[in-house]
Amino acid sequence: MSVTVRIPTPLRTVTQGASTAQVEGDTVGAVVDALEAAHPGIGERILDGAGAVRRFVNIFVDDEDIRFQQGLATPVRDGTTVSIIPAVAGG
Amino acid sequence: MCQVSYVEALRCRECGRTYPLAALHVCEFCFGPLEVAYDYDAIARNVDHATIAAGPRSIWRYSALLPELDGGSERVDLGAGYTPLVPAPRLGEALGLDDLWLKNDTVNPSFSFKDRVTSVALTAARALGFDTAACASTGNLAQSVAAHAARAGMAAYVFIPSDLEEGKILGAAVYGPKVVAVNGNYDDVNRLCAEVAGEYGWAFVNVNLRPYYAEGSKTIGFEVAEQLGWRLPDHVIAPMASGSMLVKIDKAFSELIRVGLVKEGTAYRISGAQATGCSPITRAMKDGTGVVRPVRPDTVAKSLAIGNPADGYYAIDAVTRTGGAMEDVSDAEIVDAITLLARTEGIFGETAGGVTVACLAKLAAAGVVGRGERTVAVISGLGLKTLDALVGTVGPAFTIAPGLGDFSAALDRAQPAQEVPA
Repeated sequence: MSVTVRIPTPLRTVTQGASTAQVEGDTVGAVVDALEAAHPGIGERILDGAGAVRRFVNIFVDDEDIRFQQGLATPVRDGTTVSIIPAVAGG
Repeated sequence: MCQVSYVEALRCRECGRTYPLAALHVCEFCFGPLEVAYDYDAIARNVDHATIAAGPRSIWRYSALLPELDGGSERVDLGAGYTPLVPAPRLGEALGLDDLWLKNDTVNPSFSFKDRVTSVALTAARALGFDTAACASTGNLAQSVAAHAARAGMAAYVFIPSDLEEGKILGAAVYGPKVVAVNGNYDDVNRLCAEVAGEYGWAFVNVNLRPYYAEGSKTIGFEVAEQLGWRLPDHVIAPMASGSMLVKIDKAFSELIRVGLVKEGTAYRISGAQATGCSPITRAMKDGTGVVRPVRPDTVAKSLAIGNPADGYYAIDAVTRTGGAMEDVSDAEIVDAITLLARTEGIFGETAGGVTVACLAKLAAAGVVGRGERTVAVISGLGLKTLDALVGTVGPAFTIAPGLGDFSAALDRAQPAQEVPA
């Protein structure tokens, strides 16, 4: 399950400037774990101490907010794009 | 034009980390929103009622409390702000409120409060060296950014949902920006812009310039206080889309107290208004969880149709802390309130104004807003922008041939056996 993750600007300090990452995983949670393995430190930026998505982070699977899906349990298919986007914009 | 600047840094509202004054809006560590930090002690020493009164009749009279950056060139200014605060006795009578006031922001240069935030954001953008302005918008901001960019000679890209009211699309396009109509709702547009902002070196006023932009809404609070004789009202009710305006009115009042510009009448409450068809913030407040869950908007109040509001949590904090309330209303109630406002006070507000007045009516009927409270309702945009909402509800009383007899006959039919004033 190769998944493309789009990395937002604030997290690119952890990815050495890369704007995307290729990782393996069959759920959003597994993708976040794989990201952490590839880029240590990124996990705590996305998830809070209780392991939930931080309230100012939005995650989209194929352009759909995972809060409208199954949260971190949302399945991802081979070739899916996962976007991590700061929630604090707009209005 | 840049005067003494009291801006110190950007600071994360969640974790307190500080950042330099740049085009940044998100804390790199926790993704919390960055806010402008000021040297309030210096402001308290140097700014008083007289220095403000000597300033221009616009938002820039409060420049000491706005993020004007060193090295800036001229302000990007169409004259936003310093809009009328008018007593509203007839609307007050209809709602059972004895001391109601309206902050009439329909009369801004592009006809909504968004000119306040745009002027501040693009002034910062120029100081930071940007030559292209951009935004994600439900309509009013697109118009405002397009107008201010034209004024400043900047290129502009304004992103909007493609199903907006015609008046808002044409009203933005006329200023010559690139209007990008996105097949999706505002939250889709916003997500796209968050990504575009990361790829293109543009000044997205409500994305990478959001800390500066949001500060512009404080001027509503500053003006209300000044126009009431440097006293705060007992109660303010504001419409909520992202929740940012409400949060910044609260911040404005807090700052005025902190720097000594308001010394009496310092207790206030703030309440928030949403359309039931897009009410993620009021829902979180009413259900007691305080957890803002995104919704898919379905409301006539398209300017408030943000299903995933960035400042929802802070709006709940401000309303809770000040002892205010939140309410939401149906599309029918919104349209009724637009006509009530127009008929009682001669102010034609857009759908967001209808939301505010209708929610105020509900809160007043429930006794949450007290009859004797000095209450200010923010009417944030002009009704001509959302004429679509009124189609089929108001119109000509008579359609007749151009003869006196035709008119008299029509009048007789409409008012049979009633005396007609000579």
